[in-house]
Amino acid sequence: MAVDTPPVLHATGISKFFPGVIALDDVELALYPGEVHALLGENGAGKSTLIKCLTGAYSRDGGTILLDGKPIDPRDPLSSQAAGIGTVYQEVNLLPNLSVAENLYLGRQPRRFGMIDHRRMVRDARAVLAEYGLDLDPARLLSSYSIAIQQIVAIARAVELSGKVLILDEPTASLDRDEVQLMFSVIRRLKARGLAVVFITHFLDQVLELCDRATILRNGCVVGTRRLESVSQTEIVTMMLGRQLEAATKHHDAGPPGKLLLSLRGFARRGAIEPFNLDIHEGEVVGLAGLLGSGRSETCNAIFGAQAADRGTAELRGAPLQIPNPRAAIRHRFALCPEDRKTEGIVGDLSVRENIILSLQARQGWFRPLPRARIEEIAQGYVKALDIRLANLDTPIRLLSGGNQQKALLARWLATEPDFLILDEPTRGIDVGAHAEIIALIERLRAQGMALLVASSEMEELVAYSSRIVVMRDRRQVGELRGEAISPTSIIRAIAAEEEAVA
Amino acid sequence: MIRATIRRILPQLVILALVLGLNFAMFPGFFHLEMHNGRLFGNIIDVLNRGAPVALLSVGMTLVIATRGIDLSVGAVMAITGAVAASVVTEGGSWIMALLAALGAGALCGIWNGFLVAVLRIQPIVATLVLMVAGRGIAQLLTKGAILTFNDPGLIRLGGGTILSVPTPIWIWVTLAVVVGLVVRRTALGLLIEATGINERSARLAGINAKVLLIAVYLVTGLCAALAGIVVTGDIRGADANNAGLWMELDAILAVVIGGNSLLGGRFSITASLLGALIIQSVNSAILLSGMPVEFNLVIKAIIIIAILVIQSPRVKHSIYLLRASSGPVLARRAVAAKGAVGEDHP
Amino acid sequence: MNILKSLLLSAAVLMPASAFAANETVGFSQIGSESGWRAAETSVTKADAKERGITLKFADAQQKQENQIKAIRGFIAQGVDAILLAPVVATGWDEVLGEAKDADIPVVLMDRKVDAPDDLYLTAVTSDTVHEGEVAGDWLKKAEDGKPCNVVELQGTTGASVTIDRKKGFADAIADAPNIKIIRSQTGDFTRSQGKIVMESFLKAENGGKDICALYAHNDDMALGAIQAIKEAGLKPGEDIKIVSVDSVPDMHLAIAHGQSNATVELTPDMAGPAFTALEAYWKDGTMPPKWIQTKSTLYTQDSDNMAAYERKKDLGY
Repeated sequence: MAVDTPPVLHATGISKFFPGVIALDDVELALYPGEVHALLGENGAGKSTLIKCLTGAYSRDGGTILLDGKPIDPRDPLSSQAAGIGTVYQEVNLLPNLSVAENLYLGRQPRRFGMIDHRRMVRDARAVLAEYGLDLDPARLLSSYSIAIQQIVAIARAVELSGKVLILDEPTASLDRDEVQLMFSVIRRLKARGLAVVFITHFLDQVLELCDRATILRNGCVVGTRRLESVSQTEIVTMMLGRQLEAATKHHDAGPPGKLLLSLRGFARRGAIEPFNLDIHEGEVVGLAGLLGSGRSETCNAIFGAQAADRGTAELRGAPLQIPNPRAAIRHRFALCPEDRKTEGIVGDLSVRENIILSLQARQGWFRPLPRARIEEIAQGYVKALDIRLANLDTPIRLLSGGNQQKALLARWLATEPDFLILDEPTRGIDVGAHAEIIALIERLRAQGMALLVASSEMEELVAYSSRIVVMRDRRQVGELRGEAISPTSIIRAIAAEEEAVA
Repeated sequence: MIRATIRRILPQLVILALVLGLNFAMFPGFFHLEMHNGRLFGNIIDVLNRGAPVALLSVGMTLVIATRGIDLSVGAVMAITGAVAASVVTEGGSWIMALLAALGAGALCGIWNGFLVAVLRIQPIVATLVLMVAGRGIAQLLTKGAILTFNDPGLIRLGGGTILSVPTPIWIWVTLAVVVGLVVRRTALGLLIEATGINERSARLAGINAKVLLIAVYLVTGLCAALAGIVVTGDIRGADANNAGLWMELDAILAVVIGGNSLLGGRFSITASLLGALIIQSVNSAILLSGMPVEFNLVIKAIIIIAILVIQSPRVKHSIYLLRASSGPVLARRAVAAKGAVGEDHP
Repeated sequence: MNILKSLLLSAAVLMPASAFAANETVGFSQIGSESGWRAAETSVTKADAKERGITLKFADAQQKQENQIKAIRGFIAQGVDAILLAPVVATGWDEVLGEAKDADIPVVLMDRKVDAPDDLYLTAVTSDTVHEGEVAGDWLKKAEDGKPCNVVELQGTTGASVTIDRKKGFADAIADAPNIKIIRSQTGDFTRSQGKIVMESFLKAENGGKDICALYAHNDDMALGAIQAIKEAGLKPGEDIKIVSVDSVPDMHLAIAHGQSNATVELTPDMAGPAFTALEAYWKDGTMPPKWIQTKSTLYTQDSDNMAAYERKKDLGY
């Protein structure tokens, strides 16, 4: 790739606003022919918004897009496709009940005397797919092939239709190792044909293996574009997470932990989390660090029985323990604030009051309703204690802001007086004020002797409240940091795995 | 609390009053009551009495729909339980044995539906379709295809008799509604059912035993269907497997919908569903009293029901709300408070 | 060849018939058992055949025409001496009836007719549903004898041909009696419970029933439901309100015997009797019956022996 070749696609000053949010702020992206370009960033950094602006799925609020030096203004995915930009998403966007050839030529089937020429279509499809290193029968149903093959058919269709720029949005998320290699070989062929490929993924290893350059986004801004051969993994992670590494020392003096509460040995769930050991003591906050998809949430869910472990043993205060479902966990005074507040946490149409007492009531049983006075006392008490801002307790919880919803969910679990509180991304998507309050609350609960497990992608946050930090990568524990060793730098190093975990 | 309830059922009360008014306009003696042989006699009693099967079904159906489910089998379960009750008395059993056997059969049917929905995770509409189709066949096997008639005074009294001059079916549905209403609202069941219907995943993670709860709800629906089956069987002194409860599941669903309950589950009101059942029966009564040729029956019913549903549609409700809001300063402020700036955009 | 075959065949058919009128085999393709009357028709046919020494091969089609066609082809293959067919629908019979004709097997239609050339079957035994309505109307006309009488009518299922015919027959019969007026007419869907519910509303709408002189119901089940409604309204069915209906099911005979109803027109379940009689004549000397044998629409009133009718019918499966 010569530096002086002009970019095939050059987007400058791309901006996109949603009510109250700047989703993209003056973003620049240049793609050269024959390169594979990674788009990196944590959730909410603006990757998919940028893609949607380029393909016309969103109308951008500012900026220009030059394709081959000429400005284009895609109104919808079809027009960007016609202009030369093809997109393939994680979920295959084809019709599984049609044949491979029909999927490849849908809407532009070769015709003969006005009728679809099936024989020619199958013949052409076979030739096209051969270019992608696939030898298969195009007359068979798409659904009879694996997801990887379906992905490649989708790529072939996108390339045949557009042919200049190919955007791949997490194409490898549901593929196994061999299938990923198959996918890579296809992408390399396309690169050799001079296409510009945009590759979006959460797997850094794959980026380093496949891509030439990377553009890193954070909070809707471009942090930088780097040639990958001249950059370290740590540098990339730092850019993605955006932490000033020198900052953030521990705010509290973690006293000696209390008695051993929960001990897990060889805990695992097939397809979700590799076997791990974990000891949690009273008066201790264990932080769970790792990139998205590293297995943080899966660990939390397995311990709480939300997606029950299928291997391993658990002991609670030395006694064996089974956690087949959340009810069992709650009975043993576990609590879990899940990551996805909307679909797993709140019950949107119920009032804040009902949401707060829900778990306590569920544990009490159907026929032992909490007395009205007690409900009022609990709800009012937590609204005051956690400073939940609302018009009144009858308000449906879905009308609250993210921070207040999160506090109400915390109230739900605190009302059950748990011994062990699991928080999965407790500060995601909430405002700065609530953020600080929740961190303070975690520290307060620890001081009262509660055991906490907190999964978070916020480094300073983890440093601030964790007594120790378990680092995860690729669905397994890769290290543990304690005491003085805890700092954002050490966490990022452990995540990037440039050196073995500091014990 | 009571004011909130009244606000919730106000649309249904207004519609019921309108339909009853329509009856009165066509037949001035509509509200007339008199005594015949110690039996209260009048059109309004007929509405309450004839509305009994749908009212009974709508109690259970409300709960099932609140869990985001549906039960298409209730009509067929009526046929089964009616056949069971009639078989017991024709074999010499007492009416109490017949009642218990029918309730047992209804409970079994409900558990079966609940098992398919909660344990096997089959979509409720498909799961209950099984019994809807098979149930009538089971009932026909029990009656050998004929109308199984009986003369047991106890069983007849349940469907066609009176207690304190009021037809027994009215007592049955009112008692059932009060009992279920109290159990649901005075225990935590109502809350847990609503939580499961709104967001089953959240509910499960909050520690609710959604599986057992779902089975229990279908069980209650089966019991309601059993009572409805006994009422229609006692009423005609025979179990008519071909016709008992035929299409009545649709009337029950309609009652729940007219009651303003969402088919997507969640918040529910049994009272509103019962009003829905009475509205349907009042419409039927109006059709019978009108003396129109029979060919118009279904058209008239459809027109009235479409009108009711249009009045209840969120869009129409919202415009009525805005219209009222713009007419008075107090309401206007409330509308603005509830809807943010929207209220000001629509003078 | 063909002549020889048919000669042999007719000889085979005629020989035993002339000898003893026994050992004939008849195939009976029944629609199914959707109603009590249908079940009664099946049991009467079986009893009739037994009495006459005819071997009956019975096939229940479960409401499906293809099952009936299959059954008829089976009968032809077995070489039966005649086929009784109660057709589930009117159309689509030409081919299979042609096959029966080619095999020289006479087919007798029962209870319903078909849309096929009439040389494809021997005869059809059916009742005249318009006539049933007429018999009911004539009875009321005679019973009231010029006195003014307001009639309420419980119709069958809206749009069914039986409903249309029974309504028409009754209306025709009372057309020349200005004293008899139909004041209300609603559908009771042929069911007991609907009959009761609709009758309740008639009673309320007509001054507590005092303005109603008579009830005409298109079937007995609706009338039986209406009887209960009349009783609950404090009136005496059969006296305060006269009742005439169609079908003659056992429960109705019981009601008439107890004075709670007045008359019922029989839709006889014995379609097979006339059919066998016609077949026996045909087997014997080739006598061709008329193309339509109309069954009798017998009228049962309080003067008839209803208890005997009840005893006769109660175990037929109604």
